[in-house]
Amino acid sequence: MTALPVTDLESSAPPACAIARPRKADAREDPPLVRRAIIAVAVGFLGLFIVLPLINVFAQAFAKGIETYLSALRDDDTRSAIHLTLLVAFTSVLLNGAFGLAAAWAIAKFDFRGKNVLITLIDLPFSVSPVIAGLVFVLLFGLQGLFGAWLAAHDIKIIFALPGILLATIFVTFPFIVRELIPLMQEQGTEEEEAALSLGASGIKTFIRVTLPNVKWALLYGVLLCNARAMGEFGAVSVVSGHIRGETNTMPLQIEALYEDYQSAAAFAVASLLALLALVTLIAKAALESRVGKD
Amino acid sequence: MVVQRRRSVIPGFGITMGTSLLWLSLIVLLPLAALFLKTTELTFSQFVGIIASRRVLHAFQLSFGLSLAAAAVNLVFGTIVVWALVRYRFPGRKLLDAVVDIPFALPTAVAGIALTNLYAESGWLGGPLSQLGIKVAFTPLGIFVALVFIGLPFVVRTVQPVLEDLERELEEAAASLGASRWTIVRRVVLPAVAPALLTGFALALARAVGEYGSVIFIAGNLPNVSEIAPLLIVIRLQEFRYADATAIAAVMLIASFLLLFLINALQRWSETRAGNRA
Repeated sequence: MTALPVTDLESSAPPACAIARPRKADAREDPPLVRRAIIAVAVGFLGLFIVLPLINVFAQAFAKGIETYLSALRDDDTRSAIHLTLLVAFTSVLLNGAFGLAAAWAIAKFDFRGKNVLITLIDLPFSVSPVIAGLVFVLLFGLQGLFGAWLAAHDIKIIFALPGILLATIFVTFPFIVRELIPLMQEQGTEEEEAALSLGASGIKTFIRVTLPNVKWALLYGVLLCNARAMGEFGAVSVVSGHIRGETNTMPLQIEALYEDYQSAAAFAVASLLALLALVTLIAKAALESRVGKD
Repeated sequence: MVVQRRRSVIPGFGITMGTSLLWLSLIVLLPLAALFLKTTELTFSQFVGIIASRRVLHAFQLSFGLSLAAAAVNLVFGTIVVWALVRYRFPGRKLLDAVVDIPFALPTAVAGIALTNLYAESGWLGGPLSQLGIKVAFTPLGIFVALVFIGLPFVVRTVQPVLEDLERELEEAAASLGASRWTIVRRVVLPAVAPALLTGFALALARAVGEYGSVIFIAGNLPNVSEIAPLLIVIRLQEFRYADATAIAAVMLIASFLLLFLINALQRWSETRAGNRA
């Protein structure tokens, strides 16, 4: 019986609170029916257009059983495609990472005229069709290209060979790392570097000990995105590769070759590896985003 | 580019700027310049002859028309997705948010064969749809589906931060003045996110126009029916008709640069709007 007034007191507390903050949440609240409809449409649209294709990759890859799946991945041409893709992605990340750090240093730590033009030019590959990214290198180094005759005379192969694949991949992944670094380094300013330098540290040492630790997560984030795109690039590489199986076929090109041979299960088996890479990239990206947020 | 440096104690400007400009020129600027150089080898009437041919015109019409349609669909559904993600709390919201990035991360060739298989007559969706008399795979409708797939994250990721930053006081003020919920959304929220919506639309459009990998598997690639402009470039290259490939590419490149210019202008507008409000 004595507990009753206490419960009364407690139950009267929320309304008092609601009076103190006059209907704040309500102003942005939609009617329940609208709310339910919007969530249903969002879930339905994403499920139908985005999730279902992804699930289909794995369903088709295992449609003919695990044995078919494994033997598809053991195929020599497929293995060579995997090796080539790893090599190309590693090289692209390395070169674009080095460029990204250099360019971000110049852009973020110094003031100069034309900075915005330079940033726009760096972003340019994003707005170029992958097919055109491949085409420009054919026009330069192909047999009928600007340097074609000279290259042929010196027996140097760029198009339909590894160098062409590398050039095309580096082109399409060009902005990925540098555009993660520039805003962060601009925000961080130059004070820490100036302090290190005034204490007698060399420029290189300042970069390695001060700048690099400050941007390591953004750098890793950029590397992740650059790597995913480099491994998955299709259009640009397709134009310059020549499609030689076991030699110049990357994983996406091998998928195309298998699919056109009506080896659907094998094509989806290779595709499932790239889909897995995409999922791992997204998970790592989410983990990094929370970390970058904390820094 | 005029480079003028402010006095600074930080070292390494010369070397980092030098390597950056050199690398940028070698990988991006010179190759793109080579494309325009190659185009100048054509006379004006040759250029027009290539571009105005029936097959090329149809490819452009198809690429730009379907890209506009796909970007428009993404604008509508992208906005609904953003609204659900930003304004509501429901189980699975974080997962839904992550799902949006899948088209960014999934390689285009993988998306291409997955969509083709899904919408082919033997596929999960193609089967039921064909009973309704709707053919998706190997028709322009299939191209449209692929372009919707790849364009969605551009709209969502452009609009999402703007809606998140929208001050709640704006809507509360409107509500306290007696405006209905629908009026508030239409007259307060929509104008505030309009620049971001347009930017997202333009980004999705720019991506769709140049898209190749996810489209060519599902398109069917019939000349004058379902042949997109990027594919026609590839076909002309394989036929060693470099001049044709270059002319088509030059038109597409100019279109993308115009879009890029528009997107930059939109983003500046979006930023000044946000700035004025703060």
